[in-house]
Amino acid sequence: MDWMKILSAIGIIAMMIIIWPSVKHATQNSPKGSTADWMAFIKPILLVVGFIILLIMLVR
Amino acid sequence: MQMNTQALGRTQSLEINKVLRNTFILLSMTLLFSAVTAFFGVVLGISPMVGLVVDLIALGMLWFVLPRTANSAAGIPVIFGITGLLGFGLGPVVAYYLAMNPTVVLTALGGTGAIFLGLSGYAMTTRKDFSFMGGFLMVGLMVVLGASLLNIFLGIPALSLAISAGVILVMSGLILFEVSRIIHGGETNYIMATASLYLSILNIFQALLQILGAFSGDD
Repeated sequence: MDWMKILSAIGIIAMMIIIWPSVKHATQNSPKGSTADWMAFIKPILLVVGFIILLIMLVR
Repeated sequence: MQMNTQALGRTQSLEINKVLRNTFILLSMTLLFSAVTAFFGVVLGISPMVGLVVDLIALGMLWFVLPRTANSAAGIPVIFGITGLLGFGLGPVVAYYLAMNPTVVLTALGGTGAIFLGLSGYAMTTRKDFSFMGGFLMVGLMVVLGASLLNIFLGIPALSLAISAGVILVMSGLILFEVSRIIHGGETNYIMATASLYLSILNIFQALLQILGAFSGDD
């Protein structure tokens, strides 16, 4: 086990511990989204996915 | 009464526009600054270990120093310090992909810029409130972090690519979430907003580098 792996693991664990209160707060207090709200989120995300596929085809 | 409400609405709108403008100005300046420090990281040929230590110092500043200084003028040098260090820490990664295939770096750079501009433009033009995504994005972030932690020890290339794809999706959602938060007055501190958007952009760039590097056939 090299030091890079140990340091990376420590960094990620610290990050998880630090953001945990925000995660808890967000999951308990976020408003519920309607179907239209989720569609408004899914559309641009699908465009991002399509764009990345295009970029992959460009570099192949 | 109606006049007062209108005046209040106008004041709030002006305040939101100011936060949005300041965020984008500071974001472009910090991105430019971290590009310069990343260049020095590449030229100086720093080792991945040094890059990791620099990144951890920057994260420490982000968690413990920035929240205490973000409401004062001291927040500006702190955010430049954090983004400069994160850019410098990116040196070994950029150097690796430059040596492998420079087209990958340029494509990842252009792709990241296009994704950020597209998503922030979408959030600004539709003026949709994405606050409902908060819990979903935070859980997504925890899943990505958990999978990354696992893959440090497992070292499965396919899982690594899946994590990168997950990072891009979560960070894209966070860009929509953050820009929408600024537009709807949920974020009034432009230094904190800049830090959040900067981290999303940096993570998208790194994940895109890994995906494009793997599919370019040279990784």
